Amino acid sequence: MSAAHAVVDHGHDDHGHHHKETFITKYIFSQDHKMIAKQYLITGLIMGFIGIAMSILFRMQLAWPGESFPIFEAVLGKWAPDGVMDADIYLALVTIHGTIMVFFVLTAGLSGTFSNLLIPLQIGARDMASGFLNMVSYWLFFLSSVIMVCSLFVEAGPAAAGWTIYPPLSAIPMAQPGSGAGMTLWLVSMAIFIASSLLGSLNYVVTVINLRTKGMSMTRLPLTIWAFFVTAIIGIISFPVLLSAALLMVMDRSFGTSFFLSDIFIQGEVLHYQGGSPVLYEHLFWFLGHPEVYIVLLPALGITSEVMSTNARKPIFGYRAMVASILAIAFLSTIVWGHHMFISGMNPFLGSVFTFTTLLIAIPSAVKAFNYITTLWKGNLQMNPGMLFSIGLVSTFITGGLTGIILGDSTLDINVHDTYFVVAHFHLVMGISALYGLFAGVYHWFPKMFHGRMMNKNLGYVHFWITAVCAYGVFFPMHFVGMAGVPRRYYQNTAFPMFDELTNVQILMTVFAIIAALAQLIFIYNFISSIFYGRKGGLNPWKSNTLEWTTPMEHIHGNWPGEIPHVHRWAYDYSKTYENGEYIIAGQDFVPQTVPLQDNEEEMHH
Amino acid sequence: MTTVLILTVLVLVGIAIWQMTKIFELSQLRADAINGLVASDEDNKNNGYLMFAFLIFIYGITIFSFAKYSKVLLPSAASAHGDNYDTLMWVSFAIIFFVQTITQALLHYFAYKYRGEKGKKALFFADNDKLEFIWTIIPVIVLAGLIIWGLYSWTNIMDINEEDDPIVIELYAQQFNWTARYAGDDNVLGDASVRLIDIDRANVLGIDEADPNGQDDIIVKELHLPVGRKVNFNMRSQDVLHSAYMPHFRAQMNCVPGMITQFSFTPIKTTEEMRQDPEVVEKVKRTNKIRAEWAAEGRPNSEPWEFDYVLLCNKICGKSHYNMQMKIIVESEEDYNKWLAEQKTFGESMSPAE
Repeated sequence: MSAAHAVVDHGHDDHGHHHKETFITKYIFSQDHKMIAKQYLITGLIMGFIGIAMSILFRMQLAWPGESFPIFEAVLGKWAPDGVMDADIYLALVTIHGTIMVFFVLTAGLSGTFSNLLIPLQIGARDMASGFLNMVSYWLFFLSSVIMVCSLFVEAGPAAAGWTIYPPLSAIPMAQPGSGAGMTLWLVSMAIFIASSLLGSLNYVVTVINLRTKGMSMTRLPLTIWAFFVTAIIGIISFPVLLSAALLMVMDRSFGTSFFLSDIFIQGEVLHYQGGSPVLYEHLFWFLGHPEVYIVLLPALGITSEVMSTNARKPIFGYRAMVASILAIAFLSTIVWGHHMFISGMNPFLGSVFTFTTLLIAIPSAVKAFNYITTLWKGNLQMNPGMLFSIGLVSTFITGGLTGIILGDSTLDINVHDTYFVVAHFHLVMGISALYGLFAGVYHWFPKMFHGRMMNKNLGYVHFWITAVCAYGVFFPMHFVGMAGVPRRYYQNTAFPMFDELTNVQILMTVFAIIAALAQLIFIYNFISSIFYGRKGGLNPWKSNTLEWTTPMEHIHGNWPGEIPHVHRWAYDYSKTYENGEYIIAGQDFVPQTVPLQDNEEEMHH
Repeated sequence: MTTVLILTVLVLVGIAIWQMTKIFELSQLRADAINGLVASDEDNKNNGYLMFAFLIFIYGITIFSFAKYSKVLLPSAASAHGDNYDTLMWVSFAIIFFVQTITQALLHYFAYKYRGEKGKKALFFADNDKLEFIWTIIPVIVLAGLIIWGLYSWTNIMDINEEDDPIVIELYAQQFNWTARYAGDDNVLGDASVRLIDIDRANVLGIDEADPNGQDDIIVKELHLPVGRKVNFNMRSQDVLHSAYMPHFRAQMNCVPGMITQFSFTPIKTTEEMRQDPEVVEKVKRTNKIRAEWAAEGRPNSEPWEFDYVLLCNKICGKSHYNMQMKIIVESEEDYNKWLAEQKTFGESMSPAE
């Protein structure tokens, strides 16, 4: 507990007298969780910019196959001779897009940012359990981002075997140019990323268990913290398995072992590999890969719970059911990985088992969706941008989640496996939903990150509505493309006349995608300008109950200038009244967690 | 068409930017008002209405997609198990759309109906065991039904056996093409291994020349299947993962180097019959109209198309993944036998070299 010292005097510009903080310790190698959160967020947003830009490039190729675009030549250089995208770089783009969005944006950028920011602030702690490990975690993440970006500039091209990097394609440079140095850097980057994620997760778990302030029992934790806590646990369970897979892959690639490879004849020669199995790799990968979906999604759902409840001026409906769903989803998420492998050659009986567990996961998910809807019922909804994104999240979570019923059913999976149906499903349910969670969090906690400054709400509205319309515009028609049998990861669909009439749909989706991407520029502008010029909106602009709003606007190491406040109630006493209909605190519809129970007030056992 | 779309995009972007600058100016005007930072009643009202409009948008895009894109979906199944597959798919979809319509309506309607107003009091409603029980138990029951049906079908489809005298065919995948090997008169495939591949002697599948079962095997580049007869596919890959995807037959299985995977189905419609199918006739007509336009523009690969079953690769396998295909022809038993008799056996193709 390196940071467990109270700072009594928090006069304005004189931190230096107390901490001797230099520029480097304050902004670069900072051990303060709030600064680390900002570092995570900004790194994540930069990676997100790269990832989304890539998606626009390959969407253009899909809509107008083989056409020449000056922008291709400008950005891709030798991989777009005369402005026509090369087939190898197309695969590299989808691969790196997937990797960046899943790991660097939605894992580190989302969970890394908000776990760091909110865990100490909402549980009432001075900082993370280990500020040093927290700093190391961020810098490992930064290093892995740099390596991933560097891999784009490798002579033979970056990794291009799909974000799942199934061997043998990813293991043998002869199979694909991207499987040489590009893949090596991919593996190195991911190994470092996993180390970063583990350090972060261990820290979150220890902090939540040990550093809660007096009165903050587990059942009084805000749902954000429950989500981050459980997410960290799933990460600790599953990420090491991916590390093993990556290490075994490195062995196969560089040291001649045969964990994943066997009986390969390529470019006129038989390779020495014998006895391994790509299916083993698939098992190891998806043992992480599926929980990863929930590592991405749970923090977004946690953020939504908090933002929605605050802005609805109502308690979240079914707090205990929400916690139980998070736990159920977390548990089930570790035993459903096989639904990615129904037709991998795995024993069909296993397919039956995984169908069963997979469809079970729909139950806690349904409970969550219904609870969100009921939270809105008879509320007094304050339509702040964070609230809009939260409602949007529930909408895409339902739309995307429902098609999971089809993909989780081994029988139905046969014909839509690896088609655009899958792409549409997971983009809605985890990509878009998690991004909405990220945006909701940024709009809502921006004042907490940037000294009370707030983002412009009108730009936030424009950002939300364009994004919401375009997200459906891209991914709703995409289901039909998948059901028409179009496989994913095709450079172009022109080799099959049966897909000709889908060209129009492709163009429609691409147009929506381009508009959606442009709309994100509004967010970037709003974000950057608000950091410097955003107006301050007071200590507790959203009139929220949780502890973070009791800290001063200016960041101080240790969070609270005096004693850490004690907690006397759960986080959701919005619009709570006495039996006579009067608010608990006259004239205000919220009761912060720090307010003791009043006389005649009934503490609900939620 | 393309230019029109690009222009539309540019116009929309232009409008968006114009609106944004306007909004930004407006927001600057009220810079002194402290409550310009959080949603005002006005914002709540506008966004509440927009939420309702968004519900209509979701319904709209659903109806639009169905009206416009239903026709692009695959025609009804051409395999024996495909019927059941299609039924299960449509039942699942019916459930999905029922739930989707209701939940989206509730979500967005509540967002519209309960938009905030100053002085309004929200209802403190934190718990209701009965409600939660209801919406836990309903998914349980519905999903139990789907699980049982799905598992029953899955077990039937994946039960690959030798009953009903199936034809045994090997599907052999390599970057970036398919080869089929028929088991021949004995209906047993000869042993094979990538270590036995001998390009010089044209033994491209690595069939064991010493195995008598392999002598009558027939290697072809086009898959012919007799209608109404069960086919057991054994799948191999010589280099990376591939996936044999036969969408019209609702059939797919990965091809994995180092192991043999299996799938089995019975084709029930010949290629000719499929070409007569009204859905397919319409599709071919639409497609050829597009292709005629392309031909007029002088684009390559725009000659008229005739429907054929096709085998696609559906697991990323490298540069030409997008063009790894094989034609499948389903025909009458007689035509099939005639075609098969014309093909050379492995033994015949090997002997000249000796």
